[in-house]
This record gives sequence, structure tokens and C-alpha cells, in this order.
Amino acid sequence: MTDFLDPFERMIAALFSPAAVRAAERGEPDDRAWSELAASGFLDALVPEDAGGAGVSFADIVPLWLVLGRHAVPCPVGETMIARALLAQAGRAAPDGPIAIAAQAPGAAGRVIGAALGRHLLVEWEGNLYLAAVPGEADGGDRELAASVRWDSEAATPVGPIVPGGLRRAAAVLRAALIAGAADRLTTMTAGYANVRIQFGKPIGKQQALQQQLAVMAEDMVAARIAAHIGGAGSFPPALAAAATAKSVASGAAARVAAIAHAVHGAIGISEEYDLQLYTRRLQAWRLADGSESYWNRLLGAERLAAPSGSVDFVRTALAPA
Amino acid sequence: MFDTLEPSSLPPEDEALRSRVRALAAAATAARPADVRARSWQGFDADFSRKLGAAGLLGLTLPKAYGGGERGPFARFVVVEELLSAGAPVAAHWIADRQSAPLILNYGTEAQRQFYLPRICRGELFFCIGMSEPGSGSDLASVRTRAERTAGGWRVNGQKIWTTGAMHCDYMIALLRTSGSAEDRHAGLSQLIIDLKAPGITIRPIVDLTGDAHFCEIFFEDVDLPADALIGAEGEGWKQVTAELAFERSGPERIYSSVVLLDAWARHLQHIGRDDPAVRALVGDFTARLATLRAMSIACTARLAAGESPVVEASLVKDLGTAFEQHLPVAIGDDLAAHPDEPVSDELYRTLTYVTHVAPSFSLRGGTREILRGIIARGMGLR
Ligand SMILES: Cc1cc2nc3c(=O)[nH]c(=O)nc-3n(C[C@H](O)[C@H](O)[C@H](O)COP(=O)(O)OP(=O)(O)OC[C@H]3O[C@@H](n4cnc5c(N)ncnc54)[C@H](O)[C@@H]3O)c2cc1C
Repeated sequence: MTDFLDPFERMIAALFSPAAVRAAERGEPDDRAWSELAASGFLDALVPEDAGGAGVSFADIVPLWLVLGRHAVPCPVGETMIARALLAQAGRAAPDGPIAIAAQAPGAAGRVIGAALGRHLLVEWEGNLYLAAVPGEADGGDRELAASVRWDSEAATPVGPIVPGGLRRAAAVLRAALIAGAADRLTTMTAGYANVRIQFGKPIGKQQALQQQLAVMAEDMVAARIAAHIGGAGSFPPALAAAATAKSVASGAAARVAAIAHAVHGAIGISEEYDLQLYTRRLQAWRLADGSESYWNRLLGAERLAAPSGSVDFVRTALAPA
Repeated sequence: MFDTLEPSSLPPEDEALRSRVRALAAAATAARPADVRARSWQGFDADFSRKLGAAGLLGLTLPKAYGGGERGPFARFVVVEELLSAGAPVAAHWIADRQSAPLILNYGTEAQRQFYLPRICRGELFFCIGMSEPGSGSDLASVRTRAERTAGGWRVNGQKIWTTGAMHCDYMIALLRTSGSAEDRHAGLSQLIIDLKAPGITIRPIVDLTGDAHFCEIFFEDVDLPADALIGAEGEGWKQVTAELAFERSGPERIYSSVVLLDAWARHLQHIGRDDPAVRALVGDFTARLATLRAMSIACTARLAAGESPVVEASLVKDLGTAFEQHLPVAIGDDLAAHPDEPVSDELYRTLTYVTHVAPSFSLRGGTREILRGIIARGMGLR
């Protein structure tokens, strides 16, 4: 299924080293990285073959998004994949360059992840998609690469209709996969650190208290990954229940995973020069982006309560893995 | 990390079993209120188990030659999922079907297979697990109950405890010390199949905090067993038990212990029409976690289906699953009591009370939380 996964991971690792991620965060993104990505064809992975894309299934996209999370990729790569797929679905040509995505009303300000590096914004409003220009500047010192974005319906290009909520659902599955990928990297880093950091004459990983915390971290990480796969198991854009499950579980895990990663690392994890923070800061941002766990839980709960079936039947029929 | 746990799906031919199990489970549970159905694991109903056997729903992972279904762990997943979500009484065949039969198939002699397996598949022979002792719970390698070689076989002396269902069962597969001392740890342990009707055995049920009696203490006084009581190789007991625990820990049973309560509560909400943002968020949280745990358990089942012994993965799913099962009664109790003016049926209240009181056992039986996390930590290269 994933002969393209290894080449993709190698490319992403080469383009987005921790140094490159930091440069992007300083407002000095590497334009060549984007050109190389665009030339690779991966940005059109979700675009059907007859529309000039790679025609990769939604389920097979999720592993690519996990890779983006594992490397703390600062540019809106997954967002651009979603945007280009939706534009192709609408029979529209996609603009060059990074595209951020959001569901928000015209005129209202919303924080959009990746907007600081995006040139365009694909936005959903009242069941329709619009393509708008974004200022393209980070606004604030938080290095999240999110920007507060406003779009103007007069100046935007109407793209066409979308399943209501579809864009935000696609974004939620992307965030879930990014969280799971970053959590995977953090779990490996943290277990590795626990094996080399010596206190009281032995590696801290030999302390049972830390082993128990790391086991919990691994459980959360695996749950987030499986939930992201549930998000990608059906149609694109995903059904509400699938997106909600992915984002609820991944967002719930994100804060705990970040907390344990920092707890085990001690002070070094707080320092800028140590890579841990590249991943933990993104975990926190992705947790909140496109709806936190409570947001999606409310929607999923309403759907569940409206169903006459029992709980197991509900998850079995609406939320089975691919 | 832990990339072996990949999403997987239930094969259609195994899904096809669902309606048959569902019909049998519905018939068995129709007259039982939710608080009785919530006792699914404890519900001993030999008739029902024989019906499952007759319908070809037991021993699904065993070869046809021994009366099995020659299918695989996915088929068993479907059956167990249906039984537990209906709250059907599974206690009689539960352990034989899940653990004893695969153990006998993998390690038993041909004679043992032919004797035990067809009867297990028909729902006629019931087994219990004799691992724990008063001095050996988490530290299983410290068991002291001994089996000594005699002219004709083995003589057993000692005591087991917390043996689920022993008072109703035909056989126990016991982990015993056959050589050396408790200090020898993993060496010198063996598994024996003990006929619970043998002279010298005393079984005493232990009443639990809900008033039920489902587990027992068992005393062995010069219990003579034939030579073929040994299952597998002498001294290999530790290895065999470890593999057995992967069967015990990975299934859907580590997710569904509170599911009868969850459904009773959801029906209460639907009936009363309470549908505010807070309760939606709670229902959504449960639903998302349940869906994810189910997918994780299926992923683990896929490792079993591939012939592996996913000890670490099973520990991971069990720890997360039992935390979910234990969280449900706490959160549902909070929700109901946060609405003191809302009428709650006696049935729902009794179900909540029962599950609340018994919930601590979910993370004890089959290995405690701390022990499972230790196994995961070892799988992460920390030990
Ligand atoms: C409902 C139920 C059914 C059961 N059915 C069976 C059965 O059919 N057959 C059978 O053989 N057994 C059965 N058991 C027993 C069960 O397997 C044991 O209870 C369990 O393994 C724990 O052992 P223990 O109760 O002796 O607790 P202990 O081992 O004394 O543990 C007490 C506490 O100490 C912790 N602890 C112990 N060692 C460590 C360590 N090294 N590091 C960190 N923490 C530690 C434990 O995690 C636990 O929190 C059943 C138990 C229950 C509750």
C-alpha cells in the first residue's frame, strides 16, 4: 500500500531538518523546500488521476500526514493537499504555493495554522468554498506560524459548494494525524533520553515511576494514531463521526503526551536549543486548531444520541477501521 | 514506535457470524434486567454455552479435526463482541474458549487435544485458570504450589486463590512448581491440567464486595494426578503462561465490561430527552474512545491472526481499555447525580451501583495496571 511512504519520509526529513524548522519559525522559510515539494507531486496526492493527481486514497494519505507530524513540518503541506483535492473536486485549477485552510465567516478574524506561510486561504462558508489571498505574515511572537486571518467575500473567488462542515472535518483528520506523528517522535525521543540520562547512578528510565509514565505516553500515542486512521477510513471529506473521533482522541492525547515528554526531560526540554519543544509546541497548537476535543465530542455526542442503536453497534457501523 | 499495531478490519466471512450470535444472545438475555446483564463475565449458564457450541460458535480458532471452526481470532472477536454488548452470560465457556483451548492446541499431546478440544467446542467442558496464589499475584513466578513426580504421575500440594469460576468448572490449568524453589523464578515451573473432581481438592467460593461469589480459593492436599496431566514441557510453564496471557489480554473483553451501563444510560438520556452541550460532550468522548479502543483491539487481534504473540501490544490495549471501563461508571454517576431532580429507574441505578463497585477489578484481573505498564516499558527498551 505504501511504496511511496519511504520516499516521502526521506524527502520530508531532508527538507525539514530541525534547523530548517527553526528558520521557518524565525520568518525565514526556505522557498526551495516548497518548490521541491511541489515538483515531487505529493501536493496532488489526493487529487484524482484523471485530474492530474496521484489518486492516492484518503486512507493512504493519513500515513503521509503522520510523517509531517513526525518532522514538525512548519509549512501547510497537509493543508495544501486538502485544498488542492477540494479544488480539483470542484473542477478548479489550484494556485501555486502553500494554501492554508479555514472555516470562518467573512470579515471575522480567526487564527489559522500555517497562514503565516500560506499565500492563499481556502475557506468554507455556508456550504461554499472560496479562495482568498492571505497577508502572509506571522503576527506575534509565539512561533506557531499561525496568523490571525480575515477574508473578504467580495475579493475572494467562489470555488463551489462543499458538504457543509467538510473542510473543517478534513482539517480535523489532518490535525489528528499530525498530532499522532509528533507524539510518535516524542515517544521515541523521550524513551531514548530516559535511557541515557543518568541520575542517582543509573539511567532515569530504570525508575519505575518514569517507566509507568512512558507507558501511558505510548498508549496515548498509539490511540491517537489509530484514531487518525479511523478519520481517514471513509470518504473524503470525511463523515462527521470519523473526523470527530480522530480529533477528539488525538486532541485529548496531545496535552498529556506533551506533559510527559517535558516531565521526563526535565529542564533541558524547556530550552530552545533542544529539539523537544519543536514537537511539544506544535502538539499544543494542533490540539486547539480546528476544534478541540470538547468541540468534536459535542458534535459526535449529538449524533450518537440521535441514533437508536447501542454503543457498540454505533461505533461498529459508523466508525470501523479501514 | 509500536508500528505493528496497524488498523485492520474484520473479514466479511467472520462478520457474517454476527446475526447468528446476536439472535442467541438476545434470546438468552431477553428476560434479564440491565444489572444482571452487566454481570456478563460472571453469568454462568451452561445451557447457553452448550447452545453456542451447538451453533458452532465456540472453539472458532481450532481446527475442524478437533471440532473447531477452523477460522481465526477475528471470528472469535465478532462472537465475543456480540455476547458482551448484549450482556450475555459467558462465564461457563469463557476461559476454555479463550485460553485453555488454544493452550492445549499449541502445547498439548495428540491424546490431550482429542480428549479436551471437541468437548470444549461443544460447550461441555469448562476450565479455570490457576495462576494466582495467596503469596503470588503480580509476582507470578513466585508460585509455591508444588507438583511432585510419583510412580504414576504427579502429586499436588498447595493453594490457589482468586480462581474465577472454579466451583462450576471441570478442569483447572494450573501453574505449578515442579522443581527448584520460588527463588529459581522462571525455571522449574510447569502447567498441569487438574481434574477438579480429584480427591484432595477443596474449593471455597469467595464472596465479593457486590455480594456475588464468582472466584474461589482452592486447596490441594496430596492430590494425585496421572502422568498425562502435564501440559506442554516440564519446566516450560513460564514461557507457556506468557503466551497464554496474550490471548487473555488482547480481546474486546477489555473494553466492554461497562458497556451495558453505557447503553442503559444512553437510553435514559434519549428517553428523558436531555441533550445539552455538556452531555453531548460526554457521550461524544465515550463514543470516540470506544471506537478507537475497538480499532486497537482489532489491530491486536490481527497480530494473533498472523500467528504472533503480541504480549506488549495486548498490554497496551488492556491498560487503556480498562481505564475506559473504569472511567464510565465514575462519569455516568457524576452525570446522573448532577441532575438530582431527574427520575432514574431502579434498574439503571442498580446497574450503575453494581458497575461502580466491581470496576476496580477490571484493572486487576488478568494483570494489574502497574505490571502491564512495566511490560510496555520493557517493549520500549527501558528495562
Ligand atoms: C475479578 C478477578 C478475577 C480473577 N480471576 C483469576 C483467575 O481466574 N485466575 C487467577 O489465577 N487469578 C485471578 N485473579 C487474580 C489476579 O490475576 C490478581 O489479583 C492480580 O494478578 C494481582 O495480584 P494480587 O491481587 O495478589 O495483587 P498484588 O500482586 O499484591 O498487587 C497489589 C498492588 O501492588 C502492585 N504491585 C505489585 N508488584 C508490583 C511491582 N513489581 N511494581 C509495581 N507495582 C506492583 C500491583 O500493581 C497492585 O497495585 C483475579 C482477580 C480478580 C480481581
